[in-house]
Amino acid sequence: MTLEKLLSYDWGIMAPEFTILIVATLLSLIDLFMPAKASRRPLALLGLAGVIVAIIFALFQIGTPVTSILFDTYRFDSFALGFKLLFLVATGLILVLAYDFGKEKDWSYRGEFFYLLLTALLGAMMMASSADLITLFVGLELLSISSYILAGIRKTNLQSNEAAFKYVVNGGIATAITLFGMSYVYGLTGSTNLYEISQGLSQPVVEENAFLLLTGFVLILVGLSFKIAAAPFHMWAPDVYQGSPTPVTTFLSVVSKTAGFVLILKIFMISFLSVRSWHNTVLLDLQPFIAFVAGVTMIIGNVIALRQRNIKRMFAYSSIAHAGYVLVPFVSLSSLVFKATWFYLLAYLLMNIGAFAVIQFVTERERSEDLTAFSGLNKRSPIVAVMMAVFIISLAGLPFTAGFIGKFGIFMSALSTGHFVLASVMIATTVVSYVYYFNVLVQMFFRNGTNERIRPSVGLLVVMFVCTAGTILFGVYPGVALDFFQNSFNMTDIITK
Amino acid sequence: MDSILLSALIFSPLVGIIVLLFVPKNEEMVIKTVGLLATLLPLALAIIVYVGFDKAKEALQFAEQYNWINFHIPGLPNGNDFTISYDLGVSGLTVLLLLLTAVVSTLAAAASVWIKAEWKGYFMLFLLLEIGMLGVFASQNLLLFFIFFEITLIPTFFLIGRWGYLDKEKAAYSFLIYNGLGSAILLIVFIILFMKAGTMNFTGLSAYLSQPPEMLERMYIGENFRLGLLIALLVALGVKLPIVPLHTWMLQVHVQAPPSIVMIHSGILLKIGAYGLYQFGMGFFPGEFDKIAFWIALLGVINLLYGAFIAFVQIDFKKVLAYSSVSHMGIVLIGLASLNEVGVQGAMFQVISHGLISALLFFLVGLIYQRTGTSLITHLGGLSKVMPITAGFLLAGGLASLGLPGMSGFVSEFMAFLGLFKEEPVLAAIGTLGIILTAVYILRAVLTITFGETKETLVSIKEGRFVEWLPALILTAFIILIGVYPAVLSDLLHLTINAMMAGKGASV
Repeated sequence: MTLEKLLSYDWGIMAPEFTILIVATLLSLIDLFMPAKASRRPLALLGLAGVIVAIIFALFQIGTPVTSILFDTYRFDSFALGFKLLFLVATGLILVLAYDFGKEKDWSYRGEFFYLLLTALLGAMMMASSADLITLFVGLELLSISSYILAGIRKTNLQSNEAAFKYVVNGGIATAITLFGMSYVYGLTGSTNLYEISQGLSQPVVEENAFLLLTGFVLILVGLSFKIAAAPFHMWAPDVYQGSPTPVTTFLSVVSKTAGFVLILKIFMISFLSVRSWHNTVLLDLQPFIAFVAGVTMIIGNVIALRQRNIKRMFAYSSIAHAGYVLVPFVSLSSLVFKATWFYLLAYLLMNIGAFAVIQFVTERERSEDLTAFSGLNKRSPIVAVMMAVFIISLAGLPFTAGFIGKFGIFMSALSTGHFVLASVMIATTVVSYVYYFNVLVQMFFRNGTNERIRPSVGLLVVMFVCTAGTILFGVYPGVALDFFQNSFNMTDIITK
Repeated sequence: MDSILLSALIFSPLVGIIVLLFVPKNEEMVIKTVGLLATLLPLALAIIVYVGFDKAKEALQFAEQYNWINFHIPGLPNGNDFTISYDLGVSGLTVLLLLLTAVVSTLAAAASVWIKAEWKGYFMLFLLLEIGMLGVFASQNLLLFFIFFEITLIPTFFLIGRWGYLDKEKAAYSFLIYNGLGSAILLIVFIILFMKAGTMNFTGLSAYLSQPPEMLERMYIGENFRLGLLIALLVALGVKLPIVPLHTWMLQVHVQAPPSIVMIHSGILLKIGAYGLYQFGMGFFPGEFDKIAFWIALLGVINLLYGAFIAFVQIDFKKVLAYSSVSHMGIVLIGLASLNEVGVQGAMFQVISHGLISALLFFLVGLIYQRTGTSLITHLGGLSKVMPITAGFLLAGGLASLGLPGMSGFVSEFMAFLGLFKEEPVLAAIGTLGIILTAVYILRAVLTITFGETKETLVSIKEGRFVEWLPALILTAFIILIGVYPAVLSDLLHLTINAMMAGKGASV
């Protein structure tokens, strides 16, 4: 590669990624040269500033035509942009949570905490933009490895150690399986570029070897179901969510999961959508399989959540259940697939980060993660209790919240393609979920706790408030987000070359 | 199109919620006064709507329509844009239901004087519940209907679970789960209709579904499919109504919830099921409704007899009334299933009349419980000596409930049975047994409570003050007014049902 060629690339389209990369590097350098005793908390604010700048860059990119650089391994399209914005907003909010988390003395490793969050974010952003299995894999690993460390960052905390250990072992296996699956695809097509794979897979030789192709497909799916914590590869989630510091749990349940869906959509929608196996396209052949995964995920997540007493564990199962919901549009493959998924993930981001902000506030204050930590919260902090009620109602999918509209879109996508069984499973499990979600409300409003007033810090309050406002706004006027989506990211451009 | 009266009506309780936000939480009297006054605003607006409603016009009135949510779904047969609009409007029937809601809400707010703690939260949820109920009846769009329908769930859950009696949390949960399941099934039906027709507007859907059968067949809405949707609706709304095997939650609610909430619940919330069956079941699937009419009538008779039999052996007055509600909802089903004008009108009459009667009876239960601390029939007795006025109202409510001529219950039972006798004389004959049973259990309960030897424990009980039984007086007045002069309802009902029947005639 000549310098001339390198300079001819339109590097400007990577501005958000560069911003994050630069800020992450900067944070690590500052951390290195800072006096050992000095507080690392201000680094979070610097990180937040970087994220905000990146969001501004990303917003300016709306409407930019599809561009590919670096030999078509990095591709800018509205699909990438739409999801990058989700990642950035989520990480921005999580940085505020991280700023507030824990006591100063527990934290000798605080600096790393902040820039690892940013590198994980960078990995997710790269995944959204990559058009090649290699960059996709590198992005995935950057995200994963950062997450492994983040999960175990409280070195002296046993639960945190356990979380990191389980996560790294399970995650490593899942990554290996994904890579194994990718190697089948590479073997069949001789290319790592997603678009070339799509063409390569339509060759007659592939159709003759449909069995190999399906093996590759299933292996990739297995690895990715791990990432989104879909059954039966969800076992790690409860332990890891419970053991990780709350901001990391939030990151895993929102950003990491969204990244998993990005990966699934990219690989399957670009490369496999029109590929034929024996008599149908691969995706249609495998629909029952994915439908089964989605159904089982919803059932396992919602049913096991009923028995959880630890709030973070309960939210881990709730998060598994939500992975099941988001798989539904992917099964149905209606024309709503991008819109329904994106909107649901946006709603999920708001309500879940908001709920975790409250969880972080309450569990730290009470030094307990048991459900009873929430008892009588409406006496101690009515505003927080009401905001938590909004998040819970949204997670349960009741009206006037973003969660309702999100679920509504998913229902529509399932019913419009005739997946009645899946829609019924979703309905039934949603009703089951009322029980454990409302249990939190019962604790907050019906049970009596201490009467001591507590108030969250300004940062937490801002996060909660932003999430509440978003949850209600997108619930009452979903048009704001849906029209923005329609005008800005008509995601179908990831399919067209 | 330009009227915003209905929006104002639906959201007027918000004023009260906002005022309450600024009232300190220990100011019991202030909060109760604000709560009560806040329900007067929707009442006034509902009266304005009622008075302004043009009885000569069949069309929807006070209509409002704005685009609300747009789904761009490329590649569908009926265009790329799916729009859900914010769609309000009232027909003759819904005007009455809105008025009923506003009246019962105000009186239930008056009955809320018995609430003992956390008045602020109570009244804010109460007003939110009122928004939900008003919205349900004013919606002309399935999604909007569904949203308001779900909004009633959340405050009711809290109102039962926080302010109810001993087993309140269990009752709140079974309310939530049963109704959640019901509304979930409802949502599936609604979305399927939306996906097929591309609209959620009631009128639009009726028009769409009344196309010739060949056309519907071609659009994959064949006969069996429609029948399936209707049965799903029957199950979903049957939970709310409640139809017999799905009624267990409602007994718990009636026993455990505070009296003011039971007034609302039995007076209005149960009626949403009946309204839905009429509006969606009959309105969208008239042909299929006709096919299963016999089974619906049978369910109605089962409801009627089952409720009456079980009510007969209850010793808790609240349970007697709860089973009596089950029984009386059977009459709604019978009337609807008759599918002729007089029967359907009877069903709608019953919806409104039972709303008033059950509100009255549960108000009195609350009043008695407040004085005596019990609602067991065996512990009450000879109440007429110590609380003559209350006992008098109780007798009046009981007589109205068993369908004494001159009171609203009579008109509705008479018309519903008249309708059914035309279509299914055998079933109707069996059903009339229920009327006799009703007389038996109501009289047994009411007479035991009012007459006979006064129980020693009750000797020192004082009669309620004027303001305390004023709501009972108002309700009784309405019940007698409707009984003596049914035209106040029938003029309006006639309009709506006529329009519905005309639509049915066109499609069959």
